[in-house]
Amino acid sequence: MIEIREDWCKGCDVCIDRCPVDALEKSDILNKRGVRPPKLKKINKCNYCRLCELLCPDMAITVIAEDKKEEVNKKLLRPVGGRK
Amino acid sequence: MVEIKTADQLNKKYLREGMWPTIFCNGCGHGTVLEYTLWAIEELGWDMDKTVFTSGIGCSSRLPGYINADGLHTTHGRAIAFATGIKAANPDLNIIVFTGDGDCAGIGGNHFIHAARRNIDMTVIMINNFIYGMTGGQLAPTAPLNSIATTAPYGNIEPPFDICNLAKALGANYVARWTVNHPYQPIKSVKDALAKKGFSLVEFLAPCPTAYGRRNRLGDIKKHWEWYDNNTILIEDYERIINYGSEKEKEEVKNMFPIGVFQDLEKPGFFEQYEKLVDRLMIKKNKKPVKKETVISR
Repeated sequence: MIEIREDWCKGCDVCIDRCPVDALEKSDILNKRGVRPPKLKKINKCNYCRLCELLCPDMAITVIAEDKKEEVNKKLLRPVGGRK
Repeated sequence: MVEIKTADQLNKKYLREGMWPTIFCNGCGHGTVLEYTLWAIEELGWDMDKTVFTSGIGCSSRLPGYINADGLHTTHGRAIAFATGIKAANPDLNIIVFTGDGDCAGIGGNHFIHAARRNIDMTVIMINNFIYGMTGGQLAPTAPLNSIATTAPYGNIEPPFDICNLAKALGANYVARWTVNHPYQPIKSVKDALAKKGFSLVEFLAPCPTAYGRRNRLGDIKKHWEWYDNNTILIEDYERIINYGSEKEKEEVKNMFPIGVFQDLEKPGFFEQYEKLVDRLMIKKNKKPVKKETVISR
């Protein structure tokens, strides 16, 4: 998840340009400076590397890592054969 | 104490909320440098009541105003001189100097040279954007050859000032140069510089799209930030190419900025030497009582 202080954003788009997985885009709303702050794309591959958080010159971005555990298909790890 | 993991928690701990957002232009790198410094301070766990931020005049010198700690905003170029005074008056304080290239290398050049020579215990964070941004884009002493400024409309003909190699030659304890583009190396470097006794300098190459990029036709913010990726090279690679590379490789890296840690020494600082001097003189003064004590103890 990504939290943005929209009033602090100046719209330099450094976060969008330098995201390694291209997970950010401009949002549809305007803030009070008249720029469009970034937001996460609906379908994204954000891996919480926190590069946008560290690079943002106005400290407007906070990345909160979600503990999302992907279900691992362990079928192959089951012992097969042997004594029943 | 709560462990800080996100920028939001960092902001709440270290920043004066009322001052934000910053006055810096769109695409300026100064805020990023402030953030790296705050992360480094957070990792060291410094007490902000015992930390003083000093600055001169310029864009970079507005940074202490945003931090919720004691700050000193001084005359142009004299930030290091004032910082020396603070350290002399109360050696328990940690001193961090935010200064720009015009402030540190141009107008306060002599203060910088002598602070580095005397190895005074402070950390200078110099933000180099190649130009006097706040006063309207005059030529700074660190501007590369042929760069255009309001006072050099036909291109700069003066060779630039390499402040890191100057500090290295003067024997400063820690000298490093980084760009703002890569976060993790500078945070570690600032942390090392803050923890180091004696004079330490971290130079940041920061973009200035308004005053420098626009005049020198470096493109928009994205292209200007990329310019720093393409025109810098790690100092280890740079030295290897200069020593063993082919003519073509040498020609390629000739105009690039070496980045990395230039010097890392463990020399005693000025105030350590001064304490030793005072102790030596006190022993000399009280020579007889010291001898008596040793006799009694035997």
